[in-house]
Amino acid sequence: METVTIGKALNLGLRRALEDDPKVILMGEDIGRLGGVFRITDGLQKDFGDDRVIDTPLAESGIVGTAVGLCLRGYRPVLEIQFDGFVYPAYDQIVSQVAKMHYRSRGQVRVPIVIRIPYGGGIGAVEHHSESPEAYFAHTAGLKVVTCASPDDAYWMIQQAIASDDPIIFFEPKRRYWEKGPVDTDTEPYPLHAARVARPGTDATVVAYGPMVRTALDAATAAAEEGRELEVIDLRSISPLDMAPVYESVRKTGRLVVVHEAPSNVGVGAEIAARVTEQCFYSLEAPVLRVCGFNVPYPAARVEEDFLPDLDRVLDAVDRSFGW
Amino acid sequence: MAKPAGTPPPEPEFVQLLTPDGERVEHPDYRVDFTDDEYRSLYHDLVVVRRLDAEATALQRQGELGIWASLLGQEAAQVGSGRAMRPQDMAFPTYREHGVLYCRGIDPIMPLGLFRGVDQGGWDPIEMKFAMYTIVIGAQTLHATGYAMGIAMDGKVGTEDGEAVIAYFGDGASSQGDVNEAFVWSSVFHAPVVFFCQNNQYAISEPLERQTRVPLYQRAHGFGFPGVRVDGNDVLASYAVTRAALDQARVGQGPTLIEAYTYRMGAHTTSDDPTRYRIASEVEAWQAKDPILRVRRFLEQQGLADQSFFGEVDEQARVEAVKLRERVLELPDPAPVTMFDHVFPNGSPEIDEEREQFTAYLSSFAGEVH
Repeated sequence: METVTIGKALNLGLRRALEDDPKVILMGEDIGRLGGVFRITDGLQKDFGDDRVIDTPLAESGIVGTAVGLCLRGYRPVLEIQFDGFVYPAYDQIVSQVAKMHYRSRGQVRVPIVIRIPYGGGIGAVEHHSESPEAYFAHTAGLKVVTCASPDDAYWMIQQAIASDDPIIFFEPKRRYWEKGPVDTDTEPYPLHAARVARPGTDATVVAYGPMVRTALDAATAAAEEGRELEVIDLRSISPLDMAPVYESVRKTGRLVVVHEAPSNVGVGAEIAARVTEQCFYSLEAPVLRVCGFNVPYPAARVEEDFLPDLDRVLDAVDRSFGW
Repeated sequence: MAKPAGTPPPEPEFVQLLTPDGERVEHPDYRVDFTDDEYRSLYHDLVVVRRLDAEATALQRQGELGIWASLLGQEAAQVGSGRAMRPQDMAFPTYREHGVLYCRGIDPIMPLGLFRGVDQGGWDPIEMKFAMYTIVIGAQTLHATGYAMGIAMDGKVGTEDGEAVIAYFGDGASSQGDVNEAFVWSSVFHAPVVFFCQNNQYAISEPLERQTRVPLYQRAHGFGFPGVRVDGNDVLASYAVTRAALDQARVGQGPTLIEAYTYRMGAHTTSDDPTRYRIASEVEAWQAKDPILRVRRFLEQQGLADQSFFGEVDEQARVEAVKLRERVLELPDPAPVTMFDHVFPNGSPEIDEEREQFTAYLSSFAGEVH
């Protein structure tokens, strides 16, 4: 067991994936000599060579499109999109090709691509560097979408995603890259597409994923001081959603608050609210509430703290749930 | 909007080995060395490919296909380039490469299943060395480039038995970002890929002038690899230029752009009405450059074939077309529940649940008469 940051855990996970399978290759902008703008691939090109850790032309559609061809050749490309807001030039290749190739070919072609995307705000960046576009991808059949919230999950989930034959969008909580935690490199990893109770509680359920798990846990700590025990569930997989632990929790607490940075409109929270309403209707003591980014373009950095859900907004939603 | 100034362009310079009159001409850089049998089999393929295409158009008109993208007029570009591929080479087609598909030895029923709507293309792309049809314009050029990068990574380039890739696209696709990215990538990675652009003069209704102000093959120069224009209605030249480019790619000389200068004699698809955007005299002018007629004239002039041969080929084509028609009519509709299959290699509990719900819903109608 060692204590590392989420960023370092991803680096260690990628290293192990490169060691385990010679068909694994990394492609992206500035991921080689520089080690990526967040240094997630630091040292990997030096150790595995520039034909396995490939600095690409500055062309996101090209990164994803060539990866499709490499899959037909038996490779397992792991792609880095430098920032969330830069994935859109590759959107067509992801949605129309990566997601549909296996279906179109009735299972004859596999595209075991992992697309790593650092996402979310809170780093004081300029436009296009703080977005949460997960719903676009979760909406597309043929893609799986996951996100990690701890170093241990970062280490294991990236390896599981790479080993999976499904195309996977792997969202990395960029503002949590530097948060430390234990990583057990010898354990049996938790299933990739399973949600997990991050903190048990009895009074209300808070569902979060990625960067908002930390926020939800902090809110639970604060709520406990006031005598309310929040159960925090880390979704981990956004598509498919593992709803069983959520249903179980809501049947126990009767109250649900969903937290994500992405705007609320037609988002993951809306899907969760719909499913919980279908499955737990008689257990609910209050409507499912959402704490999300507002339905505006990601704002200028000096107001992003007001845009992003934080501890107070989560607690406010919990209060509203109890006040129903 | 201002139109480019000047008079209509003259006949472009291109590599030609067989004139519309059937006369063999020599070219300093490109030659073919076919046996008499090979010349005759080229003619056979051209005729069969056109006949099957006509059958597919007829099937659409009779309501048996949802839509058909005819290759009429482009037989030489497709048969020439398709037969230039060596067995180890890989092709990435658009949705119109029925002639290449035929040369690849793939059952010609396959694209008809797609256009009938019973599947989305049934062949195994890896085994047949012929990727799935790609409907999004230009997307496949990046797949081809990536596959070619993989060839290089596998060490399968640099020798005469190396592998190469051919990416098909059209004049309209030349404006796509993906095609231009594919040019950049293949160039900087020195990938063994040949870009085969069938310039059929129209992207649905838009003429070439709306895509480019320079001849398309000249664009290659700016990306750092050679470009060559070939008479796309000349099967010999199409073959020779493609074979040379593929062989250069496989020995490590990098990409080539081939512009096959041709003409889409028919509509873009059966849903299109070309009379709205082009005049009959233009089509007639291209009719005089027909890709099949010139091979027939050549065979006649050289004494390589007689009327009985041509009749025999026509009969073979007719029999193949009849067979194709019969088989299309017998293609079963897929069971509705199969729409849930193959979304993921590893499956998904959400899709399994939907499949179960849908199956239960369907079974609720059991016993009802519709």
